[in-house]
Amino acid sequence: VSPMKLKNAKSLICDLLQNSEDIRCKCICPPYRDIEGQIYKQNVSLKDCNCLHVVEPMPVDGKDVEAYCLRCECKFEERSSATIKVTIIMYLSILGLLLLYMVYLTLLEPMLKRRLFGHSQLIQSDDDVGDQQPFANAHNVLSHSHSRPNMLNKVEHAQQRWRRQVQEQRKSVFDRHVVLS
Amino acid sequence: CAGMENPGYRSGSVDSLRHRPSDVVVEDDDDDDEMVDIAGATLDFSNTDDDPPLGSGEYFVERGSRAGSMSGAGPGRLVDPLEDPLPGKSKDRDRHREIANKSRQSTVALLHSVSDAFSGWLLMLLVGLMSGALAGGIDIAAHWLTDMKEGLCLVGFWFNHEHCCWTSNETTFQERDRCPQWQSWAEIMTGTSEGALAYFVNYLMFLVWALLFALLAVTLVRAFAPYACGSGIPEIKTILSGFIIRGYLGKWTLIIKTITLVLAVSSGLSLGKEGPLVHVACCCANILCHLFTKYRKNEAKRREVLSAAAAVGVSVAFGAPIGGVLFSLEEVSYYFPLKTLWRSFFAALVAAFTLRSINPFGNSRLVLFYVEFHAPWHLVELGPFILLGIFGGLWGALFIRANIAWCRIRKSTRLGHYPVTEVLVVTALTGMLAYPNSYTRMGGAELISELFNDCSLLDSSQLCGYKQSNSTSGAGVGNGLADRPAGVGLYAALWQLALALVFKMMITVITFGMKVPSGLFIPSMAVGAIAGRLLGVGMEQLAYYNHDSAIFRGWCSPGADCITPGLYAMVGAAACLGGVTRMTVSLVVIMFELTGGLEYIVPLMAATMTSKWVADAFGREGIYEAHIRLNGYPFLEPKEEFQHSSLTADVMRPRRSDPPLAVLTQEGMTVEEVEALVESTHYSGFPVVVSQDSHRLVGFVLRRDLLISIDNARKRQEGVVGASQVVFTEHSPAPADDAPPPLRLRGIVDLSPFTVTDHTPMDITVDIFRKLGLRQCLVTHNGKLLGIITKKDILKHMANDCQQRPRLHPLQL
Repeated sequence: VSPMKLKNAKSLICDLLQNSEDIRCKCICPPYRDIEGQIYKQNVSLKDCNCLHVVEPMPVDGKDVEAYCLRCECKFEERSSATIKVTIIMYLSILGLLLLYMVYLTLLEPMLKRRLFGHSQLIQSDDDVGDQQPFANAHNVLSHSHSRPNMLNKVEHAQQRWRRQVQEQRKSVFDRHVVLS
Repeated sequence: CAGMENPGYRSGSVDSLRHRPSDVVVEDDDDDDEMVDIAGATLDFSNTDDDPPLGSGEYFVERGSRAGSMSGAGPGRLVDPLEDPLPGKSKDRDRHREIANKSRQSTVALLHSVSDAFSGWLLMLLVGLMSGALAGGIDIAAHWLTDMKEGLCLVGFWFNHEHCCWTSNETTFQERDRCPQWQSWAEIMTGTSEGALAYFVNYLMFLVWALLFALLAVTLVRAFAPYACGSGIPEIKTILSGFIIRGYLGKWTLIIKTITLVLAVSSGLSLGKEGPLVHVACCCANILCHLFTKYRKNEAKRREVLSAAAAVGVSVAFGAPIGGVLFSLEEVSYYFPLKTLWRSFFAALVAAFTLRSINPFGNSRLVLFYVEFHAPWHLVELGPFILLGIFGGLWGALFIRANIAWCRIRKSTRLGHYPVTEVLVVTALTGMLAYPNSYTRMGGAELISELFNDCSLLDSSQLCGYKQSNSTSGAGVGNGLADRPAGVGLYAALWQLALALVFKMMITVITFGMKVPSGLFIPSMAVGAIAGRLLGVGMEQLAYYNHDSAIFRGWCSPGADCITPGLYAMVGAAACLGGVTRMTVSLVVIMFELTGGLEYIVPLMAATMTSKWVADAFGREGIYEAHIRLNGYPFLEPKEEFQHSSLTADVMRPRRSDPPLAVLTQEGMTVEEVEALVESTHYSGFPVVVSQDSHRLVGFVLRRDLLISIDNARKRQEGVVGASQVVFTEHSPAPADDAPPPLRLRGIVDLSPFTVTDHTPMDITVDIFRKLGLRQCLVTHNGKLLGIITKKDILKHMANDCQQRPRLHPLQL
């Protein structure tokens, strides 16, 4: 592996990780004589972050440059656009997954259960008014009728228990208003 | 033994009813109410049973395996539960003793003991890291979604407005916010950015996005984790005082609260993120406690971690670690020993550091509203500051009354049956009224930043629309900032701010308490900041036009920069927040950590104290205590006092009309009788007395332990049947030849229950309950058992008594 290839690989990785546009120097210069207030931005490193390097084109001539630059304030700022991108994409994917799961739970799963097991086995449902899962005991019926591998049973059991917990919470928060005003 | 004892163990071992009151004393038993969601939040999928943690099978197997490995007999041997010391109460002490003893035997064991000592610190580190990371993510996502209502970034949709224009080259100040990469919705959809059509399109898109976010938030909360709504601080206060709410700190609540908090904040509703961030941090702490055996099993130690997590929550909300620790000490925690203080500080710092490295504010700032000015203030200005304090106190009292009334309406009438509709209507109302006014259109934090900051020379916002002085040519040396009369821009800004103040005051009342995550620090601070700024500008103009009057002559000469309206905004924000939450020290520390302005501690303190006194004159409770009382949580308020002095005999049970006390005798009852007694009542515990004739007290036994022991004895011990005698004494009499063997249950009796006499004043009894975290206490008379008094009886008594509660003089607090 030649050193040139190594160097290329390294610079590629560096570029991926740190966008060179993520640093900048921002100089705010107030009005001076008849020049208006201006803001100058350039992406230079910390050592070059001063008025002389950043303010281009310099609006005043030779002798006034120092006076002008004394009034300017220069700040070095950096950010990480990779972090922002990753965070937003993760957030949107989690939100999308939750929405899909919600749609699945409320719309698709009852349809699937109905199609698989027919209407008759699922008549005995809870009489609760706020019951969102009228087929809540579908899994009990399942476990009696089929023999399933243990892992799947466990997952379904856990999911059923979670659903019941959420139902309880929903009843106490939304319906009876005993918790959380 | 003394040499090897790690001091961390001693203070860490918690035994609820045995230690001195100065230690951490919180009961580690479960209430007869619901339990912390140990099952739902566990990360290992082995034990997901949500039965009581002392489920019959698992408990004994686990103790057995541990005992077995220690004595070298192998994991198969089960420890006889009847020879064990009290389950749950000395588990931690035993564990520590075993580890300390074993550590002398081998290096591995020594390392194990060291790691056990450091597990607390490791846990704090992890809590800080996780909370900081989550808070950074929430900040970034919230900024992005808020700007999404206004436009879109064309170079990368994940950038918000500020980041989109990061590298733009616009140089003039007026155009600093506009860059070609960022386009508002009107520009994208219609191609124009000025004019009535563009305004209308922007307005419409703003409303559409706001409604969409609010709808998503409330449906997610409703579908997955209904406990994720509201602020969270009242419930965490209750949890830290001993009441347990199952599922409140579980993993689904964490996920949903994080996601919907971003949505709720971005939808333009008048709410903040601070309360929900405290809840998020406590959820993280609860979930991470399952990685450590020491904390998973012991409720009391877990509550210490939750106290520290509350500090972490405020620390990441504001970037104020010290303020966070003081907030946890003052507002949230029930017991706060010194050890927790140091650990909370460590966790808060780790979280603040993590937040800073994620860098959500974009310029390596840690604090939320960094204030750049350091102008001095004069003693005369204390007058307006105290005025702001009075305003803050009045507003706090009014807000609490109005909000509680609205929440009560929501609980009892039909309004509460339509939570989704309510959220949508409030969002629509907020959006429609907020958009036309530029000060309500921007988010709460942005508004506060703008109000706090002083006008620099280059500031072109309306708030700095002063008439420029004409001396720009030669004498550029003069301080152009100071002492200018208000221009047209500033008058317009003042009108808009006044309208914004009225709007925000009214809309926050109906927003806090809705079924989305909502906090109330930022809206209260916004109200205060607007009021403060208005007063500050008023004072400034007063000083400009009245240089010669007696008040201003000495210190405010013409041309000098003597009054900073930004400072008034800061003081107003502190006053209003103090009036609502009744925070004192923590508020002052948070404010000066937020703004970096150490010079302003005295005005902040003056305003905070005034606002607290004024608000306390109208009602003793802060907003969180008021919500606790509204929901009826069993929380013993530390500051309550009784009007009528009464004796314990008046409050204890059984009363005259009640059936006599259900007791167990120390010998002479059979298993069947015991089971019948237990099943015929609902009590969670029974006193054990010497005999039915002399009710001299032996001890107290819990229902749960009784049932489990009898159950196990029936299964495992030989010969125990319904007719076996139940013996609570140490030495049982020899059984008759054909009688079945007795069941010895001395091991489960608590031989040192707390007792008070029937003539103990109620004040002292309530104090005992509070300080020791008791759930029940036995009442004796002349040494004989008379009755029992529980925490619920005390709460009922206090509720009855508070009908005519006297007003404590505010200065007594």
